[in-house]
Amino acid sequence: MKLMPCPLNGPRNITEFTYGGELVAMPDPAACTDAEWADYVFNKTNPAGIVREWWLHNASHYWFIAERDTVTDDILRTFDPGELFTARIDFAPQPARQETPS
Amino acid sequence: MPFSLLRNALSSDPCAKPDFPPPPPLGRSYDVVIIGGGGHGVATAYYLATRHGIANVAVLEKGYLGGGNTARNTAVIRSNYLTPESVKFYIASVDLYRDLSNELDFNIMYSERGQLTLAHTDGAVRAFRQRCEVNRHLGARSEMLDRQQIKELVPCLNLDPGHLPVLAGLWHIDGATARHDAIAWGYARGAIARGAHFHPLTEAQDFVVENNRVTAVKTNRGLIQCGCVVQAVAGSSSLLLNKLGIRAPIHTYPLQAMVTQPVKPFLDPLVSSSALHCYVQQTGRGEILIGGGSDPYPLYSSRATLDLKEGLLAHAVEMFPFLADAKLMRQWAGITDMTPDYSPIMGRSPIDNYYLDAGWGTYGFKATPICGVTMAELVASGGETPELIQPFSLDRFSRFRQINEMGATAASH
Repeated sequence: MKLMPCPLNGPRNITEFTYGGELVAMPDPAACTDAEWADYVFNKTNPAGIVREWWLHNASHYWFIAERDTVTDDILRTFDPGELFTARIDFAPQPARQETPS
Repeated sequence: MPFSLLRNALSSDPCAKPDFPPPPPLGRSYDVVIIGGGGHGVATAYYLATRHGIANVAVLEKGYLGGGNTARNTAVIRSNYLTPESVKFYIASVDLYRDLSNELDFNIMYSERGQLTLAHTDGAVRAFRQRCEVNRHLGARSEMLDRQQIKELVPCLNLDPGHLPVLAGLWHIDGATARHDAIAWGYARGAIARGAHFHPLTEAQDFVVENNRVTAVKTNRGLIQCGCVVQAVAGSSSLLLNKLGIRAPIHTYPLQAMVTQPVKPFLDPLVSSSALHCYVQQTGRGEILIGGGSDPYPLYSSRATLDLKEGLLAHAVEMFPFLADAKLMRQWAGITDMTPDYSPIMGRSPIDNYYLDAGWGTYGFKATPICGVTMAELVASGGETPELIQPFSLDRFSRFRQINEMGATAASH
């Protein structure tokens, strides 16, 4: 059994968690180009080495960030996203969606 | 024959000729450098030589011939996909496989046994009907089976596993299997005999790029000048792409599989369950081969996990209860380069003379011959993408034109 040190719940079996993808900065969806959005949505760095990624503890629905080595599978550090996201991000307001008659 | 037998019996020379000559010294320059000496790489070299007369080709392999995913897959050959783009592509591959032993003069042990995929939910039945219609429209042989027909086809299958009774099945008559190593060996032998160089223990480490063209490949054995480069490195795809600064939607996951001790023949078709994420087949040696979904998170390591074995074996035993008494003999993993839509990334890259054969995830083996044909065509034409692989280009993601094959691939490979 592999253990994941959850910042909220302590060490738990890794089968209790879901991998949530590499940690990347989200571009402003209202202001960025389609190419920038596609790059954000699809493309990965996928390095062989240490990577920062999102993980979810399923039972408590708690999202956090882990630093993991993708070659050795060692989890080096886990921490609450509040350490990185310290301020509220306000994106440009979305244009109002056209209502389509049903 | 008797005379040659007698002559060889009296001669001190061994009569068996080795299939592969010792590797030639590393050349300083090649027209085409293929990175990756698995099935896809050597098939490309083979068709470059046979169909386009291009033999000044080097295949660079960091390990040994066919030692990566070519040796680690579960050798499923089929064309029962969902989208017309994929179905056409894989039909072309199955057609090449059928005649490959003759073409290569090398026995690939092609065995057409059919593949049965089980539906346990109404949603899966609907999806299978759609696949079946698309397959038949394009020329692949697929049909729907009901419970009684499944029972007649595979009498030892448990039709009521736990809370998921089998409702129907997708019977793919073209489903087959073959000796996976033989594919790499046969293609490599044919390519080498026509002048291509195969360099084992030669790792591509970096590139020299001038005017948006790769002019040389840096390897652990020195610099090689090149006219163009084909990348066919499966699980290591992102590592090479990152060196060139090419962004791609590839995540690397391990995929585990296992075989039991050999038993007497009892299972002819390949049987796969969509809901149990498990597929079971009997190899020519009598072993029961069991495979399933990928690991739950990305990793560049072929280590084994107990979690995956527990889950997969529980499902295999649900399908074939008597397997509970069988003992596992071997377990292994491959490193797969997964794309978000479960379709490959083939064709041109942002670098002019750098061609991609990547994103092959868990479905690369069945496409080996057609990958060789289409990549050779792409290289020989100087970058004109063959129609068959145009839908699989890297830029489909920035155009939001994915080819979704998750349902037809995720658990049945």
